[in-house]
Amino acid sequence: MRITYDRDVCQGHNRCYQLAPELFDVDDEGYAVLLVTGEVPAELEKKAQLCADNCPEFAIEVTE
Amino acid sequence: MTDTVPETKRPPVEDWATDFDHTHPDYAANAPEIWDDLRERCPVAHTERFGGAWLPTKAADVRAIAEDTDRFTSRSIIVNDFRPDPELAPRGFAPPITSDPPFHQEARRLLLPPFSPKVIAEWEPMARETCRQLLDQIEADLRDGQDITDAAVTYTQHIPVRVIAKMLGLPEEDGDKFRVFIHRILETPGQHDEIGPDETLVAYLSEKIRERRESGADGDDLISYLLTVEGPDGNPLSDEHVFGTIALLLIAGIDTTWSAIGASLWHLAQHPDDRRRWVEDPGVRIFAIEEFLRFYAPVTMARLAAEDTEVGGCPVKKEDWLLLSFPSYNRDPEAFEQADEFVIDRARNRHSAFGLGIHRCLGSNLARLELTVAVEEWMARFPDFELSDPETVRWSTGQVRGPRCLPVRILDGAS
Repeated sequence: MRITYDRDVCQGHNRCYQLAPELFDVDDEGYAVLLVTGEVPAELEKKAQLCADNCPEFAIEVTE
Repeated sequence: MTDTVPETKRPPVEDWATDFDHTHPDYAANAPEIWDDLRERCPVAHTERFGGAWLPTKAADVRAIAEDTDRFTSRSIIVNDFRPDPELAPRGFAPPITSDPPFHQEARRLLLPPFSPKVIAEWEPMARETCRQLLDQIEADLRDGQDITDAAVTYTQHIPVRVIAKMLGLPEEDGDKFRVFIHRILETPGQHDEIGPDETLVAYLSEKIRERRESGADGDDLISYLLTVEGPDGNPLSDEHVFGTIALLLIAGIDTTWSAIGASLWHLAQHPDDRRRWVEDPGVRIFAIEEFLRFYAPVTMARLAAEDTEVGGCPVKKEDWLLLSFPSYNRDPEAFEQADEFVIDRARNRHSAFGLGIHRCLGSNLARLELTVAVEEWMARFPDFELSDPETVRWSTGQVRGPRCLPVRILDGAS
């Protein structure tokens, strides 16, 4: 599974950071920072899907 | 349900599609049913009240307006009978919520760090202790033979007041005053007889800011921060900017969260299965909190049309109001599966309770923290409770919707 994050679309809702701190950190202004470089570790695939499914701004995408 | 609605001076609404009034008690009592009805037969409702206003109920229309800051200005975000002075642009009365780009971004950036999730997490012990003290008092009253408490009065209304007072460095005893300001501004805008000049939010905050400035503004509270922070141009913020932002933090941080906590308890009081799930399955709570926020989103924002335009096929004139009903967005079946059902473990939940686009609620991390802690502490103390008199539950009018009267009977958990 691959994950992409669009910083230009992010508005700092922090849903991803809350659901999967293993995949997302936040900067000092509260915008998300993706911690992996594209490929999602197998054990975090479910969490990656949750991040995409709960981002109000559609800033996160996962693809198989 | 309308037989328990309080008296109002507002004229009765004939048809919500052509004459809606979100400040009418009938709207407060029945808003979800009104949105569902409108979404089916007239998704962009209109009213001549407030000098002309529109109420889009579909998620797609709400999102389109929230994301278009060119056609829709934030110069005022509370619908009332008066249009704000265009001279207030681009700052508006309460920056950054009343600001448009590019000024908005600069004003907002100053406030993001103190409201980022890691900084807000440091407030958790204080919020939790506040809840426990309130619950201690409720429990003491219960030992005196009562089994009913109005949770809106004894619990939910105090939590955000005490936290934001602490953050701003204002006395928590002034909480009653804050609630009066908020009731006037948000729940019944422009519907007041003359208010004495000493009794206004302006007078109160001006005095507090003057005191803080004279004492050196060297505290670690947000008023001191705003008085000393460098603005984008390298100079201190103007007095009007400091005042407006403090007014915003005070107003926006209180009855919004109070409403979300109250609506969550209102739900739990009527759903024993969800109470049991909350207690027995701590892993569900992170999803339950977001579902409370989706299903009972308290806040409706507003915009003014910056030009003649259209929304959902309806002709909108320059200076018409547009209500941004994030609560209606959250119940649109085109945006959510089983939109009209509360699903405690909902895994796909792109709710818009904190808004969408560049004006995403600055305090969302604080609100989420307070809501989580308030429900956790209540459920730890009183895992079983019910509405003692459902007919007396009263929902606030205007752009912030939540229970203002919430009598509950504590069941055997109280012992």
